[in-house]
Amino acid sequence: MPITTQRLMKACLAAGAATLVLGSAAFAGKKDDTIRFAYEQVPESVDPYFNNVRIGVIMGQLGWDTLIHRDPVTNEYRGQLAKSWKWVDDKTLDFDLREGIKFHNGEEFDADDVVYTFNFVGKPENKVVTQTNVNWIESAEKLGKFQVRVKLKRPFPAAIEYLAGPVIIHPNEYYAKVGPKGMNEKPVGTGPYKIVEHVIGKSIKLAANPDYPAALGKNIPKIKNLEIRFLPDRQTQTAEVMAENLDFIMGVAVDQALGMKAVPHLQVVEGETMRIVFLNFNLQDGSPTPALKDIRVRKAIAHAIPKAAMVKQLVGDKARMINVICFPTQFGCDDTGAPRYAYDPTKARELMKEAGFGGDKKLELDIYAYRERDQTEAMIGALRSIGVTANLKFMQYAAMREQIRTNKVPISHQTWGSFSVNDVSASTPNYFKFHADDMARDPEVRDLLEKGDSSVDPAVRKEAYKKALTMIQEKALAVPLYSLTTHYVANGALKFATYPDEIPRFWEMSWK
Amino acid sequence: MLGYCLKRLGTAFLVALFVSVLSFVLLRMTGDVAIALAGEGAQEADIALIRKLNGLDRPLVVQYLDWLGRAITGDFGNSLYFKSPVMGLIVDKIGTTIILSLASLAFALIVGIPLGVLSAVHQGSWVDRLSLGIAVVGQAMPNFFFALVLVMLFSVQLRWLPVSGSGTWAHFVLPTLALGYYITPPFMRIVRAGMVDALEMDFVRTARAKGLSKAKVVLKHALANALVPVVALAGVQLGLLLGGSVIIESIFALDGLGYLAYQSITHKDFPVTQAILLMLSIAYVLLTLAADLINAWIDPRIRIQ
Repeated sequence: MPITTQRLMKACLAAGAATLVLGSAAFAGKKDDTIRFAYEQVPESVDPYFNNVRIGVIMGQLGWDTLIHRDPVTNEYRGQLAKSWKWVDDKTLDFDLREGIKFHNGEEFDADDVVYTFNFVGKPENKVVTQTNVNWIESAEKLGKFQVRVKLKRPFPAAIEYLAGPVIIHPNEYYAKVGPKGMNEKPVGTGPYKIVEHVIGKSIKLAANPDYPAALGKNIPKIKNLEIRFLPDRQTQTAEVMAENLDFIMGVAVDQALGMKAVPHLQVVEGETMRIVFLNFNLQDGSPTPALKDIRVRKAIAHAIPKAAMVKQLVGDKARMINVICFPTQFGCDDTGAPRYAYDPTKARELMKEAGFGGDKKLELDIYAYRERDQTEAMIGALRSIGVTANLKFMQYAAMREQIRTNKVPISHQTWGSFSVNDVSASTPNYFKFHADDMARDPEVRDLLEKGDSSVDPAVRKEAYKKALTMIQEKALAVPLYSLTTHYVANGALKFATYPDEIPRFWEMSWK
Repeated sequence: MLGYCLKRLGTAFLVALFVSVLSFVLLRMTGDVAIALAGEGAQEADIALIRKLNGLDRPLVVQYLDWLGRAITGDFGNSLYFKSPVMGLIVDKIGTTIILSLASLAFALIVGIPLGVLSAVHQGSWVDRLSLGIAVVGQAMPNFFFALVLVMLFSVQLRWLPVSGSGTWAHFVLPTLALGYYITPPFMRIVRAGMVDALEMDFVRTARAKGLSKAKVVLKHALANALVPVVALAGVQLGLLLGGSVIIESIFALDGLGYLAYQSITHKDFPVTQAILLMLSIAYVLLTLAADLINAWIDPRIRIQ
């Protein structure tokens, strides 16, 4: 086994973890009622509209609120800053807003805040980073002090899910005065935590908002203070948590997390994520591997992947196998009736033989990947057993995407997190609705997805998505694999729950 | 001497220009900047918008010349990621990197020179072999690994020093050791070699014959000669430290130029990457020039040549 940088680092930390087994437990965070949390990526801005990293989503939930709240357990929608809402037509939503809510700077929340926020973020020239979150907003208008009408550019039923996620509400007067730059320096929202200090690029300090109204779906934080530090190196984060300078880290590598289970003052918790993994085939004209246009080859590949073994050995206990290209809790993600391709190398070899491969005639192709390299390598090994020689092309996400968009990729090992949006419109259409990453370009699937995306009738949507997902499987346009898991390492005294959207609910956490 | 200085400054300018072109081309070759900025899952229209808003839809040559024209006047533009002036970001971070680099150089000199002298004076002894061992380990062991060993020992086990951050002097101790140890061996070996040569020269023999103490002979006469190449080496190593602290700064979360460079490369923030590379290449050439000038000042033979 070659010695790599990662292995050396992990070996070093594993040795450290082993020697800490007999260490003491000081619970530094509990003493001063502060959760110390580290994250690897520095957001370009704390303003949730001006970053595209997960910590931005987490900050959005800590410091701000949304019009609608989705219960992370039941997935039911309830009002948050809005008391109620209704679809006026398929492009118009009316909201009745809550009264008596105040922003952290004392500004009263009312319709002006909603109108200002929506009209600001809906304009492309204001450069909101993740346009997908807001590019469906046409405008907002005030109907009364606590009534708002939101106009959509197109029928977009998933708006409700976005309104319960990334579309947070800013205070209009303050935001108009300071803009995104000022909001980044001194953020103001209505959320359960007040952001009391932001040292750009280094740390954020938050304090519990004692006036947070219980009706909003979150709660007044049980732990008074939260400190977020940006530590780019995972090994440094691990060392900090072992040295009891941190109370909570997430996204810890499986082997490292398992090693840390031995440290007495720490707890290691595995949680499922909404990120799904799948193989995507290129069926377009000019594809580097035209053999993939043969459905038998695609089905053979699907039968050759040992999904269950990979989940057990490489992914984690909390991962689940998926049978269609979406996360199981997403609205419209229904796999009943969709064909399943069980692990069956014999059948896979037969299909390859039918397709004209076998003996000396082997299929050679490239698999492109950008993360979970070990999983791609495992699949390459499995494919070898059915006579497919796959070469790994491992690169950064942006580079892989460029290759996909220039039709140079025969198979991509994709992962997709749906931005934690619990609706199929945030997942499947990205790869099958003739968008830039659609390598299959199947018009029937596209039309079904479009129907699901544009109707406001839940029954119509469910039916359309179900048909589209089934068709993707029937035509073997992709190989759905499993959901990914993540590992959290925390102070043993911290009580917390994990959620598939990977948003740590710090306001729910308490000390044991 | 003036001509020599002007020639070297001209070289510095050409090196900087070459580095800026190279970094510009290499960064663009690693993928579309707009795709990286737009993030996972962005659609073509979103990417096109980002490309337009940031002027990335213009021909590459135009983009480069535009950047160069402004850079010459000291305006490196705005960071594509942090949306703030590049110069401000660099000014904020450079102090940390200078402190770390100077401290690491000081550590390397303080450890490397005495060990080099002792090795030369006691050739073949256990001291010499120990120094050789230290040099081999220092050069062979990756500094990120040594950094983590230091963290596990001094921060996790003994809890003497902080793991990461840059708030106090204590935060600089482990990074200095990790970075300094990596550059100690060249000093040790060059001093040893210089001392071995010097100790066999006639003037040293004369000094001994005059009855001077061993310490005086070694430190005053031999070491003065052996130190001449150390000056040039220190200039080169300081340049390397300024640009080479990327990994150490990332491991210890030191908010310096190296960490900024790492972030800018990760986010394809080419205005920041290019500005840093340009400044570091100029600093490197100027430091080697300074080392040459100091050498010429110390050693009259170089001036004559």
